[in-house]
Amino acid sequence: MAVIIRRLEFFFITLWAALTLNFILPRLMPGDPALAMMARYRGRLNPAALNALEVAFGLKTKQNIFQQYVSYLNNTIHLQFGTSVTYFPDSVIHVVFQALPWTLALAGITTVISFVLGTFIGMIVAWRRGGAVDGLLTPGFVILSAVPYFWLGLIAIYVFSVSHAFLPLGFGYDEGSTIQLSWPFVKQVLAHATLPAITIILTSIGGWILTMRNNMLGTLSEDYVRMARAKGLSSLRTMMLYAGRNAILPNLTGFALALGFVVSGLLLTEIVFSYPGVGYLFLQAVDNEDFPLMQALFLFVTVAVLLAVLLADVVNALLDPRTRSHS
Amino acid sequence: MYGNATLDDGALPITPRSSGAAWLRLPARMLSAVSSNRKAVFGLLILGVFTAMAIFAPLIAPYNPHGTDFLPSATPSRDHLLGTTSYGQDILSQVIWGARQTLIIGGLAGLAATLLSVLVGVSAAYLGGIADHILSVFVDIFLVIPALPLMIIIAAYAKGGGMWVLIGVIAITGWSFGARQIRPQALSLRNRDFLESARVRGESSAYIILFELLPNMISLTVAIFLGAALYAVLAAAGLQFIGLGNADEISWGTMLYWGENNEALMTGSPLWIMIPGACIALLGASVALINYAVDELGNPSLRVTRRKRVRRAPRT
Repeated sequence: MAVIIRRLEFFFITLWAALTLNFILPRLMPGDPALAMMARYRGRLNPAALNALEVAFGLKTKQNIFQQYVSYLNNTIHLQFGTSVTYFPDSVIHVVFQALPWTLALAGITTVISFVLGTFIGMIVAWRRGGAVDGLLTPGFVILSAVPYFWLGLIAIYVFSVSHAFLPLGFGYDEGSTIQLSWPFVKQVLAHATLPAITIILTSIGGWILTMRNNMLGTLSEDYVRMARAKGLSSLRTMMLYAGRNAILPNLTGFALALGFVVSGLLLTEIVFSYPGVGYLFLQAVDNEDFPLMQALFLFVTVAVLLAVLLADVVNALLDPRTRSHS
Repeated sequence: MYGNATLDDGALPITPRSSGAAWLRLPARMLSAVSSNRKAVFGLLILGVFTAMAIFAPLIAPYNPHGTDFLPSATPSRDHLLGTTSYGQDILSQVIWGARQTLIIGGLAGLAATLLSVLVGVSAAYLGGIADHILSVFVDIFLVIPALPLMIIIAAYAKGGGMWVLIGVIAITGWSFGARQIRPQALSLRNRDFLESARVRGESSAYIILFELLPNMISLTVAIFLGAALYAVLAAAGLQFIGLGNADEISWGTMLYWGENNEALMTGSPLWIMIPGACIALLGASVALINYAVDELGNPSLRVTRRKRVRRAPRT
């Protein structure tokens, strides 16, 4: 329990840090890009929206920095991020909420597949260390994890377009169809997600394999593994339940560290595939210098990552008896 | 090799030395150890070729990489081994010149991130107490805040800042991973006898950290640098690909940006995107392979012995 409370504490501290970073960044930048953005806005936005933006970017000179900070926090808690330049007159929050589910689904599914598959392959590779599988797979995945996600995506698009695609090469669903919860539509979505998902899994799995392999090499030299062998247990049983099971926990801890990289790669992959998620929105925001949208996206991605890390920590605490006995 | 080093700390190779000469001896030993590892040799070879390309770009490149005087979107020919872009630039020349900025960003951003992580990690371990606690939380915060969105925002605000903005942004987001690895090792070294004796001798903290502590962490520091450099190369490519930094500078990342924006893959000059991407992947792979080898050096249990399998004595 104490562990979970500590993790919750960390969650809120990090959340606060991200919020504060988000507040400070536009105020630190030289040349006042926010002012330039406001100039482009004038005449296009109603006074209330302009006012909200001024609060967000610290252009309200009547307020001191502390008052600005308080009203910024207040706005953020009430999910008021102002109006998007790119998707004017839609509000930022509306635009973000349309994109977020796509990214969450893609990230969730690919991360779970890649974690489970990578952990399993890592286990086998460590069990047969020095063998042909280890000698080929391990350096192979080391190399693959150094390939830029988005470039692999571009290559996938090229290969599938040349070889007369049987998989859609971009976007979240077929052009012209409306979003609905029906089997044909779900099938469409799955088909469209296949190539991005494969790209992400291929490039992110190497990390899991490598950490699992290294953890497993550690547990393989433990006495309890020797004991299992001495008892004459089958190889499969020793590998899965004795060595493997104990090597998984540190891999789960590594989850928190790796997630940031995976999310970064995922956002770029979305851009390549014009997938209607957060990454694609980011590109639109960069192209249009849409700072309110960018900052809201940063916050939402951070919150999503923090929640995932919290979840991994809680699972870890529940699974690891050592963390329980500390309390 | 670390054959005769004292390995009382589990896997970490720690060779207590009380003279600054360790700065000179350790790298030499590491070099000889690395050169006996096939993966590392392969990695160093690729890195060497790219470095040569970057240094001698003006001599090797057949044309001016900016020059737009050729037939656009030409397929590979004797004059243009990799064809031309849809602006009429020679792709091969761009690839050769592009190595320069890509390597500079990778090296400098990796170096800056490493310095930051050593600074924070060692300070946390050495200061201890509340300072350690605060610094550790700080490291953890930077570790989980997703880097790419943060980099995008900063780079977007510092519009068109070019290479230096990229280096700064990557260093700011890339140091925490290393700091997290440095701290425990510095902590385990902190109370060693050779550091204690230096303290008793009355050496200053700065001297102890620079000449006693750091030389003993050099293999970890090298591993962290390689990791940070790999991260920097990939991050820079990603940022330049979406048009951040200065798109008029020539690097593999900006080539990808222009190629993608002109739909090079679909309009008959796929090499415009294939080659720079493959170069980034190769460079990344070379760094990852060297890193993997250094990892094996630092952690002997990862080393796979390539000896012949000894048959167990028949059971009786």
